[in-house]
Amino acid sequence: MKEYKTVSQIAGPLIFVDDVSGVGYNELVEIILPSGERGKGQVLDISEKTAVVQVFGSTSGLSTTGTSVKFLGESLRLGVSEDMLGRVFTGLGEPRDKGPKPIAEERLDINGAPINPYSRDEPRDFIQTGISTIDAMNTLVRGQKLPIFSASGLPHNQLAVQIARQSKTKDQKEDFAVIFAAVGITHEEASFFMRDFEKTGALERAVLFLNLADDPSVERLITPRLALTTAEYLAFEKDMHVLVIITDMTNYCEALREIASARQEVPGRRGYPGYMYTDLSTIYERAGRIKGKKGTITQFPILTMPGDDITHPIPDLTGYITEGQIVLSRDLHKKNISPPVDPLPSLSRLMNLGIGKERTREDHRGLADQLYAGYATGRDLRSLSAVVGEESLSNVDRKYLKFADEFEKRFITQASNEDRSIEQTMDLGWELLSALPETELKRIKKEYIEKYGKKFRK
Amino acid sequence: MKGKLSRISGPVVVAKGIEDAKLYDVVRVGEEKLVGEIIKIVGNESVIQVYEDTSGLQPGERVVSTGEPLSVELGPGILKSFYDGVQRPLQGIEKVAGSFITRGIDVPALDRKKKWEFKPLVKKGQKIKHGDVLGEVQETEIITHRILSPYSGTLKSIKAGKYTVEDVIGTLDTGRGKKHDLKLYHRWFVRKPRPYSEKFPPVIPLLTGMRIIDTFAPIAKGGTASIPGPFGSGKTVTQQSLAKWSDAQIVVYIGCGERGNEMTEVLKEFPKLIDPKSGKPLMERTVLIANTSNMPVAAREASIYTGITLAEYYRDMGYDVSLMADSTSRWAEALREISGRLEEMPGEEGYPAYLARKLAEFYERAGRVKTLGTNPREGSITVIGAISPPGGDISEPVSQNTLRVTKVFLGLDASLAHRRHFPAIHWLKSYSLYIEALDPYYKEKISAEWPSLRDEAMKLLQKEAELQEIVQLVGPDALPEKEQAVLVVTKMLREDYLQQSAFHEVDTFSSMEKQYLMLKNIMHYYERIMDAVEKGVQLSFLTSLKVMEKIARMKEIPETKMKDIKSIYEEIDAQFEEAIKR
Repeated sequence: MKEYKTVSQIAGPLIFVDDVSGVGYNELVEIILPSGERGKGQVLDISEKTAVVQVFGSTSGLSTTGTSVKFLGESLRLGVSEDMLGRVFTGLGEPRDKGPKPIAEERLDINGAPINPYSRDEPRDFIQTGISTIDAMNTLVRGQKLPIFSASGLPHNQLAVQIARQSKTKDQKEDFAVIFAAVGITHEEASFFMRDFEKTGALERAVLFLNLADDPSVERLITPRLALTTAEYLAFEKDMHVLVIITDMTNYCEALREIASARQEVPGRRGYPGYMYTDLSTIYERAGRIKGKKGTITQFPILTMPGDDITHPIPDLTGYITEGQIVLSRDLHKKNISPPVDPLPSLSRLMNLGIGKERTREDHRGLADQLYAGYATGRDLRSLSAVVGEESLSNVDRKYLKFADEFEKRFITQASNEDRSIEQTMDLGWELLSALPETELKRIKKEYIEKYGKKFRK
Repeated sequence: MKGKLSRISGPVVVAKGIEDAKLYDVVRVGEEKLVGEIIKIVGNESVIQVYEDTSGLQPGERVVSTGEPLSVELGPGILKSFYDGVQRPLQGIEKVAGSFITRGIDVPALDRKKKWEFKPLVKKGQKIKHGDVLGEVQETEIITHRILSPYSGTLKSIKAGKYTVEDVIGTLDTGRGKKHDLKLYHRWFVRKPRPYSEKFPPVIPLLTGMRIIDTFAPIAKGGTASIPGPFGSGKTVTQQSLAKWSDAQIVVYIGCGERGNEMTEVLKEFPKLIDPKSGKPLMERTVLIANTSNMPVAAREASIYTGITLAEYYRDMGYDVSLMADSTSRWAEALREISGRLEEMPGEEGYPAYLARKLAEFYERAGRVKTLGTNPREGSITVIGAISPPGGDISEPVSQNTLRVTKVFLGLDASLAHRRHFPAIHWLKSYSLYIEALDPYYKEKISAEWPSLRDEAMKLLQKEAELQEIVQLVGPDALPEKEQAVLVVTKMLREDYLQQSAFHEVDTFSSMEKQYLMLKNIMHYYERIMDAVEKGVQLSFLTSLKVMEKIARMKEIPETKMKDIKSIYEEIDAQFEEAIKR
């Protein structure tokens, strides 16, 4: 192992080490401060003479003299084992719960390797979250990556724990695990999650990685990768169905921008680096099913949209990679509709794989489309009626208005412990649709209206 | 002297002292022999983009040039394959490396063991020109692979038989005593367009079965189209529908920097889907290229060139090829990322200044052509590129530069998508510059009245946009009955004609004949309702006619029961007559 004391420059989270040899790109580095404190880092750029090292942790106290740097000869790895279940780790993978370090069964590169698209298997098992807006209209399937697009002040954490708690599939006996990666969130938020996991007993089946707001921001680039490396191990080696919750991806992207600007890179949109899309994809794409393996990885990243703006680079690039999005709406939240999931901009791209005959019910697709269309029309008419008054709307239009109100009050709204079965959710949808004339139900096959909708029509 | 690595920074590395370094030559980097390509030369330093992850590479490791630019293997076995961005077969990689793609894997693009039955079509002693068909191989159940000669000369020998792609099938004397062995495959550089003898104007439509495209924004065979749209507006579903139903003989589908699961979906679905014309699985005519977003970014840059070169090869055999690139924005971002690593002066939004040129070069490789050879064939490549503009705003450089070179614009609209109006292609935003060139075809093959019917319908939709503005201000009741009637018809056009479900077994594909009959019925309803309103029949009465329901369900009538759509025409007449009588 080579040790150097040739630090020539320190800039933000980066240090430059001169006269190095035999050092590889992406290699892990140990940094020993003059005080004897130890830190870790990673080689970002290596030329014949100089290595640029990105330091995880704070660089304060570093000096060009007296700091020594050890190159460890391998990239960042995480020791993984089943014993990690029930444990809490720091954002760098060290135990945080005063327990011993689990004995590693395998040490894996935290960057993983891309899943061969040929080896992927189609996600198709319907996950019932018990939340109507998700189950009926943005159905989640095992192996999907479905982010929650939220904004500051909205109850995304409550929604996330409700999903983690209620999610189930038809066959309940299979092994499952929840992996929770906190990326730059506050102590308060983290303890909210911990409390909920403890209360519901989910903690036993969970692995937590916590990088909190006051932890070094560079670590945020590592934390989600630790979580996903653990997830891949549990899913593809230990046959578990793993649900990964990462919150908040916005903090991750901020850290990415910080490093890029410290490296004086050419900035892309709004100062974020041009490779942010590729970088995010190396996180989000680590979800899915693999042919011949029992386990699956389902991802629930949470991000807060800066300024409620869905076109901001963070939600925008995320939306281009993930398989849909659940969007929370401030308007609904203000109207006291909870959870404030706005079905119109929300989308699950893999929905069709998980619904229909033998999975949920044959009328699912048509019903979902009709609910969308009805609610969208109702919302449009609201703005129209605000201008011209409700009286000048046609009879049918007034029915749509009423439908939209009822839809918000009864379908979207549900208590944080209310676990609706898919049948309940769909019957509720039919019941609400009965307020509209049958001729308006163009999205649903006639036979389904007869079979499922008739009983709700008076 | 072999080159040595001197600097590594992400996917871009620098090597010193490579002998004979030429721009775009392929090199093998490091002890693991990672594949890379020289993209810049300064003095004795070569800048190399590496198609694999560069973790662990050290300065001082060897770099060896292959002396050749990036090339693909052209021969039987391409169809039904699933390649990465540099034509490595993903199925072969799985055999070697398992479910995850690790580094330094070397698998040939074409299966070296498989034997193909070769039937020569030329004779010994015959003069052969570059591009002539030497013989045929039945590549899949529906596609005959024509073996093209990569050289000109006199044929010394050729033999029928069962060969692997490496076996010699004959020899060619190319003059001055030089002899070339002929094989079932040859190599071609991906960045060099394959030659042809002449380009033709686009006069034949590429029928897609999607009503919004075939009716209002038709694509010509050999043409170019772009599909920009924000996420969730249905770009990929549209691309996949086009790949499934367009009447091209060969489909090249490039998943460029997109989701892994999407490629899995294509892979699962295409073998199951049956081509309506041949009755065989669609996969028999398809080649897939996938360089998903998390795979190495340099290979993503190469993927569209790999794809279009394969397309050109089948074009040269005389096939109509359609190429889907999903998404060209991700390709442009790969360019940007590499340009950034090269520390080039950035142009607009950080994209390199040569973005426009590269895009134009790519789309220019489309076209309907007369091929090389003594008996030239006619083939075409239609390029349909998806664009993912940030925030759905098409004022950005990739969209703008693409719009300048493509002739069809299919504008996806987020608000339509939110309303679950699919395909979410907006009729007023979209256009096709091929319409006039294609009209003679429609008049001959569909009906003489088709162009006027279509234009009339488009006029109504434009009128609707104007009327909607008024409605927003004063409400629908303030409009005169005639204009309210227009809104009834345009709603019908939007919901009963333009909306089309990609997931409905019948509705997913509409033949031109069906489109014609459907549109004819709706426009006939328009005529009758205007006439009836004129005669003083109440509008609310007219909109409750039973035939409305029938019009709404026209799209669900299968192609085999075209009579049922035709008969609606008479029903409209009958019900209106009765309405007027009352």
